[in-house]
Amino acid sequence: MPDLALRLGINELVAAYADCIDDDRLEEWPDFFADNCHYLITDRESHEAGLRHGVIYAASKGMLVDRVVTLRRVLMFEAHRYRHVTGPTRILKIADGVAEARTSFIVARIMHDGATSLFATGRYLDRIAVTAPPFRFIERLVVLDSPKIDTLLVIPL
Amino acid sequence: MSIQDIDLNPGVLWPSNGISEVPFRLYTDPEQYRLEQERLFKGPSWSYLCLAGEIPNPGDWVATTVGEVAVIVARAPDGAINAFVNRCAHRGNLLCLARKGSGKEITCIYHGWSYDFEGHLTGVAFERGVKRQGGMAPEFHKDEHHLQRLRVEELCGLVFGTFSDRVADLQAYLGDVVVGGIRRVLDGRKAYVIGRSTQILPNNWKLYFENVKDTYHASILHSFLTTFRINRLSMPGGINISEEGGNHFSFAKLDYAAEDADYKAAALRADTDLKLEDNSVVESVDEYGDQISVQILTIFPNMVLQQVRNTIAVRVIRPRAVDRTELDWVHLGFESDNDAMRERRLRQGNLIGAAGYISMEDGCVGGFVQRALQYNDDESGIVMMGGHEAQSQNFRASEAAIRGFWKQYRTVMGA
Repeated sequence: MPDLALRLGINELVAAYADCIDDDRLEEWPDFFADNCHYLITDRESHEAGLRHGVIYAASKGMLVDRVVTLRRVLMFEAHRYRHVTGPTRILKIADGVAEARTSFIVARIMHDGATSLFATGRYLDRIAVTAPPFRFIERLVVLDSPKIDTLLVIPL
Repeated sequence: MSIQDIDLNPGVLWPSNGISEVPFRLYTDPEQYRLEQERLFKGPSWSYLCLAGEIPNPGDWVATTVGEVAVIVARAPDGAINAFVNRCAHRGNLLCLARKGSGKEITCIYHGWSYDFEGHLTGVAFERGVKRQGGMAPEFHKDEHHLQRLRVEELCGLVFGTFSDRVADLQAYLGDVVVGGIRRVLDGRKAYVIGRSTQILPNNWKLYFENVKDTYHASILHSFLTTFRINRLSMPGGINISEEGGNHFSFAKLDYAAEDADYKAAALRADTDLKLEDNSVVESVDEYGDQISVQILTIFPNMVLQQVRNTIAVRVIRPRAVDRTELDWVHLGFESDNDAMRERRLRQGNLIGAAGYISMEDGCVGGFVQRALQYNDDESGIVMMGGHEAQSQNFRASEAAIRGFWKQYRTVMGA
């Protein structure tokens, strides 16, 4: 059982990440990651097959920054927001300053006209650097339960 | 279907015999959608079914659809690939319930009727009754019943099927030029699936197929490449269209060396407003040695084969309702890829798919058109960029490939 401070710190990271996206503070989103990081949105079947190809695949913090800049300045799409609801975070292992954790989520999508739908469900499979605060994601795999994505995915999950 | 049926039901009426004015109602009319299922998807067209590599061994099968018709594609004991309607001959129950599987036979869960991988009915539960009571009527003979079979052909590891006895063989149907485009991308290296996903499109299937054939919109709707000053040194391209019109590929060349120099210059320029932090999303190599950086190939009525830089993908367009389409993305790599190429394909994967810097907008724009046409579809769209015909062209500011689609569509639909 990891000590309470560590557990609370990991929980805070997971919760703050969701708040950041839902509050549309996307410019802060890359800062939840270490400089050398991986971020992948995939689905359960692909993940179980060991595939690394993602709907989004980032292998550096720079690629996350590029996602946000592109979303803000370049891409054409209808305005919308997410609401994340994250389940309790289970910490599976802590070794060598890295915690392995998993958290279930559901995400509702709220379009600019108010139309609200269940957009995604899945789990985060995380590897988190916990040697010293602030804790940062080394790897965040967003494993969707379904391979089907409604229309587009532009705001990160 | 007979000629008489066509006379009775012409479907949506066109304003002329041409292909450069397209009635909006084609995208909204439920009856037109139903006619397409009968005349087009079950008619003289070759639909993409699966990759041969997805069913490598005898007994392997995948469940797919041709139009909305559920279909099984299976590898028979003799190594041949066969395809059948996924429907038991007995009471019409769906036979294969998963996306893929493997077994010795196909057995219906409802009454236990079983079939071999050539579609023959091989077993009927309680065929002779129980304790000499019941059983099938004496005039019933298993060998008179089988699964409804499709014609199947394979090209470069792509498996196609058709319900039609009269449509030409696959290669003649595709045309030499398009076959050449397929052979260029699937060039003998052994391909394998590196990822897949499905995008749900809130629009008629034809709006997506037109979008893929639309070389006019590419540099207007998709501003990613121009914003980051990538690809501005582009070299010429063109559009090649099959004789019947429905199959095509467009391509554009890129001066890879000049682009590389351009990155370096951009990194030094202080005045660059927007630039990528990590260029690896676009850093590509001239994989085919011909400087073609984009080749988009379509096969009427449901398939796209794309090479966008070092991303190779099959896209399958699946109509699900008059205003709903599913788009399957099957991302490919080759077994001969080294580690650098594998990583390159993953990074460039950000350009395509439901979250793709280039292609996410294509997933939205069809829905916008569909909404604009809702109960306001009594006029025609204009498809006149580059003229009125559907001929191959050596420039891309053109809608010729879209006109090609409508040329074949009108022939097949008898309208």
